Amino acid sequence: MLPDNLRERAVAAAVEAFDGDAIQGGKYEREELTLDIAPAKIASVCGFLKYDQKFIRLSTVTAVDRYPAEPRFEVVYHLHSIERNERLRLKARISGAQPEIETVTTVWRGANWYEREVFDLFGIRFTGHPDLRRIMMPDDWEGYPLRKDYPITGTRV
Amino acid sequence: MSETGLPGNTLAVAEEASQPQTGRRRMLLNMGPQHPSTHGVLRLQLELDGETIVTCRPDIGYLHTGIEKEFEVKTYQQAVTLTDRVDYLAPLSNNLGWALAVEKLLQIEIPPQAQWMRVMLTELTRLNSHLVWLGTHAIDIGAMSVFLYCFREREDILRIFEMFSGQRMMTSYFRIGGLALEPPRGWQKRVKAFIDVFPSRVDEYENLLSNNPIWLGRTKGVGRISLEDMLDWGVTGPMLRGAGLKIDTRKDQPYTSYEKFDFEVPTKTENDVYARYQIRIEEMRQSSRIIRQALEGMPAGPWKADAPHVVLPDREKMKTQMEALIYHFKIVTEGFRVPEGEVFQVIESPRGELGYYVVSDGTTNAYRVHMRTPSFGNLQATSTMVEGTLIADVIAAIGSMDFVLGDTDR
Repeated sequence: MLPDNLRERAVAAAVEAFDGDAIQGGKYEREELTLDIAPAKIASVCGFLKYDQKFIRLSTVTAVDRYPAEPRFEVVYHLHSIERNERLRLKARISGAQPEIETVTTVWRGANWYEREVFDLFGIRFTGHPDLRRIMMPDDWEGYPLRKDYPITGTRV
Repeated sequence: MSETGLPGNTLAVAEEASQPQTGRRRMLLNMGPQHPSTHGVLRLQLELDGETIVTCRPDIGYLHTGIEKEFEVKTYQQAVTLTDRVDYLAPLSNNLGWALAVEKLLQIEIPPQAQWMRVMLTELTRLNSHLVWLGTHAIDIGAMSVFLYCFREREDILRIFEMFSGQRMMTSYFRIGGLALEPPRGWQKRVKAFIDVFPSRVDEYENLLSNNPIWLGRTKGVGRISLEDMLDWGVTGPMLRGAGLKIDTRKDQPYTSYEKFDFEVPTKTENDVYARYQIRIEEMRQSSRIIRQALEGMPAGPWKADAPHVVLPDREKMKTQMEALIYHFKIVTEGFRVPEGEVFQVIESPRGELGYYVVSDGTTNAYRVHMRTPSFGNLQATSTMVEGTLIADVIAAIGSMDFVLGDTDR
């Protein structure tokens, strides 16, 4: 459900009109709009935002680990519309037991490396991603460094 | 690791490459990670048919240092030093992005002098970065002497940075709440001396290159990629402006009082390596205009915010006031707490859109920091840009992107 104070935001209202079940919440803080999107709907909402709402740029995809809370991961998308001169943040919360979410490379090809980075450093799988392998760490690396239960220092080699 | 000792899909490419399809064998060539023209440690896996590139796979991560993880264990003020090391050719742009993001979370007001000083120094950083780009890009293409001219002016800029912060490259001069130190005595003279000659120096570079037949031959019509492709891949900055899109965060979503400065955003429509060169040359002229305006109109007043819980007190106050001493002790020993929340602060770095996504949980360390760096997005477009072109043009094409591997890998 879209919080009432966000109804006057054109983008938020448009997404709700597009798919009422997709929005799970949102906030407008420090002049930045955040919408919480149901993980299963992320690709369709992104497609709608790109083709219908003119958010033609995907600025970045990243994640936040809320360990030990559940749902553990927030996958965060920053969108940019040049025409409207607006930025928008989407958030999808997924569980730590099975961290998996649909890829948005079908909407923006540029999501490719960003999603690979999130996969590499957080261990979140993006289903349907064309080339999901590690990007920063070596291929045989064990563990996901940006998770909160991953130590900051290691043993001396 | 695969059996060949090379990471990733190298083996798969090699097998694919060895299959004769056009009656000719294709060749797999690894350009980098130590190739001088890749400016750091970028590796391009090129599959060649004769001299034509069939596929190009950029491989990054050789300079990954886990800076985003490091942010989580440093206090907000300590983390300024990390931002210098991300894009080491534009350290002050990164200082600025980080400082603005945290200041937005803290909601503190920065006094005008500090804002104008930030504008002036980030524009000097832009000149510094563009000069390194121009010099190295020209060397890649074969014009050796331009490098020496560019580094002559860069040296002047680095000396100005040293005058302000004591450091030539890793300046850490923008702190949360203002500047690190009071602007040094006599800085106006130094900056004025530089800005008086600099526009004529830009003319000098142009004399060397703009009508040089070899330069034109190597750059005109090379490295083309459509605007739609670039937007789709996440390319930003001078690359987009070289394709005719008037986009610049300094104009579109002004920060640090950029709205008070008079400057143009240059665009070109040719969308090739030469157009990107012209854009950056014009940006240097515009930046020197901004620096001159900042120099002449520099407001007086304090250079750090009136926020005693964030900004270190003056030395003099610490000796006379108990509160100042307590604040100093608190800030130095545990740092300052930042209200819970998240921000995505975007600035225009010399390479394009630089965004700091900062999540705070109300403690003295950031909960999560993500840097949306321009080089990372720009590099993604490499394959689309060079596939189908000649191998000799790869150097010119990737050079025109102006990436920094520290910025890419973080």
